[in-house]
Amino acid sequence: MSMSSQFDTALGWSPRLGVGKVLRILLCAVVLFVFAAPFLTIFAGAFNKTTDSTQVTLYPQDPTLLGFQIAGEKGIWGYFLNSLVIVGGGLLLQLTVSVLAAYALARRKFRGHTVVMLLFLLTMMLPEEVIAVPLSQVLAELPFLGISLKGSVFGVILPVALWGFTILIMTEFMKEIPREIEEAARLDGVGELRMLWVIVLPLSKPVLGVATIFGFMMIWDQYLLPLIAADDPSDYTLTVALSVLRSDGTVGPGVLLAGALIALVPSLVVYLLMQRSLIRGITAGATKG
Amino acid sequence: MTTVPLTRRARPLVAARRGMLSGPGWLPWVLLLPALLFALMFKFIPMVEGLRMSLFKVQPFLGDQWVGLENYRTVLTDSRFRSALGHTLLLGIGQTVGALVLGFLLALLLEGQTRSLWVLRTAIFLPVVTAVAVIGEVWRILYFPTETGFVNSIAGWFGLGPFGFLNDPDQALVSVMVVGVWTAAPYNMVIILAGLAGIDRTLYEAAAVDGVSRWQRIRYIVLPGLRPAISVLLTLAAIRSLRIFTEVFVLTGGGPAGSTEVWMTRVFSLGFQRNDLGVASAASTLLLLVTVVLTLGMRLLTRQKESGS
Repeated sequence: MSMSSQFDTALGWSPRLGVGKVLRILLCAVVLFVFAAPFLTIFAGAFNKTTDSTQVTLYPQDPTLLGFQIAGEKGIWGYFLNSLVIVGGGLLLQLTVSVLAAYALARRKFRGHTVVMLLFLLTMMLPEEVIAVPLSQVLAELPFLGISLKGSVFGVILPVALWGFTILIMTEFMKEIPREIEEAARLDGVGELRMLWVIVLPLSKPVLGVATIFGFMMIWDQYLLPLIAADDPSDYTLTVALSVLRSDGTVGPGVLLAGALIALVPSLVVYLLMQRSLIRGITAGATKG
Repeated sequence: MTTVPLTRRARPLVAARRGMLSGPGWLPWVLLLPALLFALMFKFIPMVEGLRMSLFKVQPFLGDQWVGLENYRTVLTDSRFRSALGHTLLLGIGQTVGALVLGFLLALLLEGQTRSLWVLRTAIFLPVVTAVAVIGEVWRILYFPTETGFVNSIAGWFGLGPFGFLNDPDQALVSVMVVGVWTAAPYNMVIILAGLAGIDRTLYEAAAVDGVSRWQRIRYIVLPGLRPAISVLLTLAAIRSLRIFTEVFVLTGGGPAGSTEVWMTRVFSLGFQRNDLGVASAASTLLLLVTVVLTLGMRLLTRQKESGS
C-alpha cells in the first residue's frame, strides 16, 4: 500500500495529528450527530417508559416494551404483514417481469426494439404522483376485466411490477454477457427458456442484487399508491399506517416511534446486507449519465 | 474507448458481436408481454384516462360532461394552485441546491480510504434508505414547537429559538426544506465521492508544485472534474421535486394556512378529498407535460454533450 499523502483527497487532509486533523474529527462528530441523532431518538423513544414530544432523548431511559405492546393493540403487526406481503410479492413480480423483458431487449434482435425501449423510458416519466387520480379509478375498476383491486394487496403489487429503471439496468447488464457463451450453449442444445434460466440469470447475479435493493427501497417507500389503493385504513402499509398512530389521541409519540422503528428495521437489514451493491448501483448510474 | 470509423462492410459484423442472437421471431414478444401488459394497464391507460378526465366535468352516476379546457382554466386561475406552484418551485430549488452543497461539503470532509471514514459514510447514508414517511413522522416529533422540543433544545444551547417550525406559517416551508436537504445530501455525497475518485491525483501534485492553494485546487481542478456528475444530479432533482408529495403530506399536510401547499398536495385534496376529478386531472396533466418536456430536454442535452465530446 502506498503512503497516504495530502494528494489523496481533494481538500488535502493531512494524516498526521495536527490542527487540520483535530478540526476534521470535530466536523465528523458534528456530521455524525446531525445524521444519526434522529435515528437514535426513534430507538430511544420506542423503548422509553414515558415519551411525550417534549421529552425526546438519545438513549432510552427506564426502558420498556410498553410502546410496542400498545402499537400491537393498535394493529401494527397487521400493517407490518401488509407491508411484507406487498414488498415480497411486488419485488418478486417486478424482478420476474424485468428479467424476461431485459432478456428479450438485450439478447434478441427483433423489429420494434426501439419502440419498446421508448415505451419503457416513457413509463419512467409516469410515476404514481403524475397519474394518481386516474390510477385510483383504474384500481377501482380494471379496464377490460372490471375487477376492483381496492382494498387488496394486489392494488399495490401489480402497479409496482413494472419499473422502467429495473428493466433498463438489467438490459444494460445483459448486453455485456459474451455471445460465445450463448452460442456454445446453443450447440449443446440448450433451449430458449433454459438459456435464460441456466446461462444468463446466474451470470446476472450482480445486477439482480442491485435491482433487488433498489426495488425493495422503491416499494417500501411507496406512500401515495397504498393510500389510494386502500379501501379503509386496515389495508394500509406500515409506513402509511404511521399517520393513523400519529392522529390517534389515545397513544403518545412513544407508540408512533415504536411503529417507526418496526418500519425502519427491514430497510436497515437490506441496507446493511447489500450496501456494496447499493453504492455500486448509485455511482454507476450517476457516472454513466 | 477508441472511435475508429467503421467501414460499411465491418458494421454488420460489429452488430452481431454485440450479443444479439436471433431465435424464433415471436420469442421476444412473449418475453415482453408481461411488462407491456403492466405498462398498458397501470401506466398508459391511466395516462389516457387522465387526459380524458381533464376535459370533462367528472360526475359519478350522473355521467361526465364535456367542458373542454375549462378545467385547465380553473387550475391556472386558481390562487391556491398558483401559490402551490410557487411553493413547489421554492422547495425544489432550495432542496436541490441545499442538498448539492451539503453533499459536496460532506464528500470533501469524508473523502478517504481509512476504515473509520468508511464506517462514518455508511452511518450517515441511512436517511437515504429510510422510507420518506418514517423520516417525516420522526421530524415532526423532532420539530416540536416548544423550547423543550428536540431541535429547539439544541437551538437553545446557542441562545436561539424556540422556533415554531412546522406550526409557524413563516417557517414551515423552510423546515420542510431542511428535512429534504437532510435526506438527499448523503445520496449526493456518494455520487460526488465517485466523481472525486475519478479525478487524476497527479493533477493535485502538479498543482502543488506550482504553488496552488487549496481553494484554487477546489476551484480549478475539483469542480470542473465534477461537472458531469453535478449536472445529472441537478436535472434529476429538479424533475423529481416537481412531484414532491410524501414529505409535505406527512410533515404538514400543506398547512399551516396553506403555507406549504405544493402542486401534488393540492391535487390530492382536490382529487381524493373533494372528489373534483376533472380539475385534479387537469392539474396532473400539466405536471405530466412539464415532467415529460424537462426529461426529454435533459436527455437531448446530455446526448448532445456526449456526441460533442
